[in-house]
Amino acid sequence: MEDKPLVIAGRAFRSRLFVGTGKYKSFETMREALLASGAEVVTVAIRRVDLSSREQGSFASFIPPNMTILPNTAGCYTAEDAIRTAYLARELGLGDMIKLEVIGDQKTLFPDTEGLLEAAKVLVNDGFIVLPYTNDDPVVAKKLEDVGCAAVMPLAAPIGSGLGIRNRHNIAIIVEQAKVPVIVDAGVGTASDAAIAMELGCDGVLMNTAIAEAKDPVMMAKAMKLAVEAGRLAYLAGRIPPKFYASASSPLVGMIQ
Amino acid sequence: MKIILNGKEREIEKGTTVAQLLEAMGLKERPVAVEVNKRIVRKQEHAQFELKDGDRVEVVTFVQGG
Repeated sequence: MEDKPLVIAGRAFRSRLFVGTGKYKSFETMREALLASGAEVVTVAIRRVDLSSREQGSFASFIPPNMTILPNTAGCYTAEDAIRTAYLARELGLGDMIKLEVIGDQKTLFPDTEGLLEAAKVLVNDGFIVLPYTNDDPVVAKKLEDVGCAAVMPLAAPIGSGLGIRNRHNIAIIVEQAKVPVIVDAGVGTASDAAIAMELGCDGVLMNTAIAEAKDPVMMAKAMKLAVEAGRLAYLAGRIPPKFYASASSPLVGMIQ
Repeated sequence: MKIILNGKEREIEKGTTVAQLLEAMGLKERPVAVEVNKRIVRKQEHAQFELKDGDRVEVVTFVQGG
């Protein structure tokens, strides 16, 4: 039962779970959770060096080696800021992959899809492998693919909300039309949400809060690993169509009289 | 002379290079990226790039995020 690897812009990943590094109570717990998740890609943010802190540099040492670091442009509200952040990430030596976020609203953290498309175009033209965090909007997903994004990452629900997949039908439409990988990013609350994303045919799931703020982040990381694998297998196996009425599982002949 | 380093005023010697600034901040061995007046100064230019009075300098790294 060997699954194909997930390939993004020519890079192959065996794990279909991508995890964030934010909100952990300690770097030790983060490290344990990252390992338990089996993820090969972890996200980080780009921020000013804290000049008042002497503990600089310890965070990086807690990211297990061999993990691909995917920098994000979180907190950027304009295409210009997101582009600037992407260039800084590249200068940091984090490679050409960027999780592109252009936020449009502080309360929901929903993307500004206009700014997102604008930034995506510029970064794709400059050789970046752009993975955009976007709405569960099939039209925008298509546009992002058309400008050359290497994947599309529709949200399940608002970042950190844990509401699960709010609009499965839209996610299914995005999956159906996309020729690049579809990774559900944000809004997952628990293992079943991740499994549903995979059952819908998504190529991967990216999450942070659901693991980091669980009571036991390491155990939840393991649960998410299993859920992503289970959902993927169920998708590949091909589920039965739902029916309104029963269909007996035991033979109808040979009943005692 | 004065520069604005990560949003705060800082007094530095005239002719200070980006490399010297990073060393003074204890960041020589750290993964950082540097912008001066919104333009990236590449790592290989740090030793030559002299800061000017009033420069706005951003020194960033990667941190926990989702």
